[in-house]
Amino acid sequence: MYKIRSAEFLAPNIKKFVIEAPKIAEKRKAGQFVIIRIKEGGERVPLTIADSDISEGTITIIAQGIGKTTKELNTFQAGDSIQDVVGPLGKPSHIENFGTAVSIGGGVGTAIAYPTAVALKQAGNHTISIIGGRSREFVILEDEMRKVCDEVYPTTDDGSYGYHGFVTQKLKELIDSGRKIDFVLAIGPIPMMKAIAETTRPYGIQTMVSLNPIMVDGTGMCGGCRATVDNKTVFVCVDGPEFDAHKVDFALLAQRNKSYLGDEKTALEKQTLEQKSREEEKKEHECNYDKMFFSKISS
Amino acid sequence: MEEISKKDRMKIPRQKMPEQSGEKRVTNFDEVNLGFTEELAKLEALRCIQCPKPTCIEGCPVGVKIRDFIGLVAQGDYLAAAAKIKEDNALPAVCGRVCPQEVQCESQCIMGKKHEAVGIGRLERFVADFERENVGIRTPQVKARTGKKVAIIGSGPAGLSCAGDLIKMGHEVTIFEALHELGGVLVYGIPQFRLPKEIVKAEVEALQKLGVNFQTNAVIGFTDTIDELLQNGYDAVFVAVGAGLPYFLNIPGENLNGVYSSNEFLTRVNLMKAYKFPEYDTPVFNCSNKNVAVFGGGNTAMDAVRTAKRLGAKKAYIIYRRSEVELPARKEEVHHAKEEGVEFLFLENPIEFIGQDGWIKQARLQKMALGEPDQSGRRKPVPVDGSEHLMDIDMAIIAIGNGSNPILQKTTPDLNFNKRGNIVIEESTMKTSKKGVFAGGDIVSGGATVILAMGAGRKAASAINDYLSNPES
Ligand SMILES: Cc1cc2nc3c(=O)[nH]c(=O)nc-3n(C[C@H](O)[C@H](O)[C@H](O)COP(=O)(O)OP(=O)(O)OC[C@H]3O[C@@H](n4cnc5c(N)ncnc54)[C@H](O)[C@@H]3O)c2cc1C
Ligand code: FES
Repeated sequence: MYKIRSAEFLAPNIKKFVIEAPKIAEKRKAGQFVIIRIKEGGERVPLTIADSDISEGTITIIAQGIGKTTKELNTFQAGDSIQDVVGPLGKPSHIENFGTAVSIGGGVGTAIAYPTAVALKQAGNHTISIIGGRSREFVILEDEMRKVCDEVYPTTDDGSYGYHGFVTQKLKELIDSGRKIDFVLAIGPIPMMKAIAETTRPYGIQTMVSLNPIMVDGTGMCGGCRATVDNKTVFVCVDGPEFDAHKVDFALLAQRNKSYLGDEKTALEKQTLEQKSREEEKKEHECNYDKMFFSKISS
Repeated sequence: MEEISKKDRMKIPRQKMPEQSGEKRVTNFDEVNLGFTEELAKLEALRCIQCPKPTCIEGCPVGVKIRDFIGLVAQGDYLAAAAKIKEDNALPAVCGRVCPQEVQCESQCIMGKKHEAVGIGRLERFVADFERENVGIRTPQVKARTGKKVAIIGSGPAGLSCAGDLIKMGHEVTIFEALHELGGVLVYGIPQFRLPKEIVKAEVEALQKLGVNFQTNAVIGFTDTIDELLQNGYDAVFVAVGAGLPYFLNIPGENLNGVYSSNEFLTRVNLMKAYKFPEYDTPVFNCSNKNVAVFGGGNTAMDAVRTAKRLGAKKAYIIYRRSEVELPARKEEVHHAKEEGVEFLFLENPIEFIGQDGWIKQARLQKMALGEPDQSGRRKPVPVDGSEHLMDIDMAIIAIGNGSNPILQKTTPDLNFNKRGNIVIEESTMKTSKKGVFAGGDIVSGGATVILAMGAGRKAASAINDYLSNPES
């Protein structure tokens, strides 16, 4: 069992957990993830390690409640325990001093981009971050990003905060302003990552994305997480999760992530029934943009 | 047993294994074979003519004293029989269920020459179950503590049996397992209806009682490297990580939705209990009323196809590129699959999967003919020109074998692997290229059998014991 030290909402439906996992805290590198099972009988769900504290022996994960497991996880509080946490898994981000490096996060994707932004800064890059959300309350980790980035541009779809528009538009503006950008890391919903890839492609800017397929073991044993990159099949859990954005088959990834949509509904219905008997339901509204977000943490 | 003459004993027919009927069992995940009663076991044991020079033992990869244990069964001393088996086999309840006896011990049985072979596997299972159900798995004496520590990586049959022996020798043993459950393929691969998970659990608990430590959620290579284990006080390491990298066909359409590796399909159903979805959270493809095709002909393929049938598949096919004679699966599994309504298509090979809206809808197959024998001694399938045809399917499961998982290879630079990714060892000592590191089971042999993995685990335990008493030898 892995104890939750603290738990707090960063945005409606997006919760940050600090979990006791000393070994993982010591080992993890930017870009790596854990697989958690919240309880006996639970499914195995991958979540990126957003941060760690070696002296405290803790890791930080940030989850958006979309699927059954993440919704249930978001009811967990400080003092509760998570059944299983295994990691760190996956290849660490490739970090070097590229020059100017832009980290882009959409919604909860910012939590996944954050550790890599830290590492890019440590490697000596001039770091820029563009962190988007559909409205002000969905822009997360701005303070944290400001500490490690030389420039931070929050964006909102509705203009309620920061730049009015998508993260892609802000990126394009930066590029078109004539600044030399050497590296882009983009993490968020599949349509966003695809749009970023298309934005940087004509300029030949090296662009990485972190893929979010459905996983089971996370150790290369099942092949459920396979994706097509550069016309070749990869196992995202061991060959990734980060890949060259210009070579990823995003359509395939989006399609494979729909494999269990019907089942997810069944599970959610069951969960709703169970919850109704336990507590008053807190209504939450989600727009479509959000639903497409991170099936990694919903699968 | 003296009263019955050898001749009369030879007249006793091979006793049938009581089992759930075909129609009933495809609706549940309960074990198909129900096991011998005492009466059946005694009758079957009497069929053994107690050869002065038993040949059956030569067919057993670990040399179980078959004649002797069967003699004890005939006398009704089942606990003594269990102890006799355990001198050589650490996991008899498992092996009695899953060993390919028909090509091992039973193929060598003299009775089989004129009549039918003695049901050695069934008797082994009976004896092990009798012990577990009546007195619990008996834990042997543990020698005085040596103060030496051994790390075992992987909790499959190789790791478990190695741990059992090392702890008895007085060493401190910790098993590191990547998954959240213990047992390796025995829990994530082989289904409940063939090997109930409670049996594996009982074996693990018996080891726990003896003092073996288990650490789940520990992926060696990531959580700790082998070097770190050695630096952090372990005197030796046994690598028993199994195969664990599913092969795909590398044909177009293989990443469509509804195409699974057998590992993924079986892991979802067995380890994650998707057959109880939504009571358990993990889903799996909804096979109900669908056409499911499993590609391959081994035990894994049989397990997958029979699982699909139990999940409600309308049609469940085995599609195999050789002919029935070459099927590598245990005979009993093939027989059970047929009884359960599984359809077999032989000499067919898939060359493309065709989808609609992202989901698999058809397989393009090609007929094969058998040519010259290949390296494995089996006749090699060759494509028949102009024989391509389409088949409607809703789901495909690829069960064509496993390669080696690359995690340890990538994180242990001074450990020698061969071209196929298997760890290279010195046969007689189980030593790898790295000092203090031993290896055995599927990671060395490639996908093999439970009994071979178990045997390798025991051989490694004795080699590690030698090494610990004299590391410089
Ligand atoms: C579906 C199926 C059916 C089968 N049916 C039969 C049968 O009927 N009869 C038969 O004899 N054989 C059968 N086999 C083969 C048999 O199960 C294997 O040969 C045997 O289990 C190999 O044992 P092992 O201990 O080497 O490895 P495994 O059983 O594969 O165990 C290895 C363990 O190591 C863990 N591991 C891997 N990497 C790491 C790491 N880096 N750190 C920590 N842990 C790690 C894995 O999670 C796993 O639990 C079957 C196999 C399958 C897949
Ligand atoms: S999650 Fe199973 S191989 Fe990647």
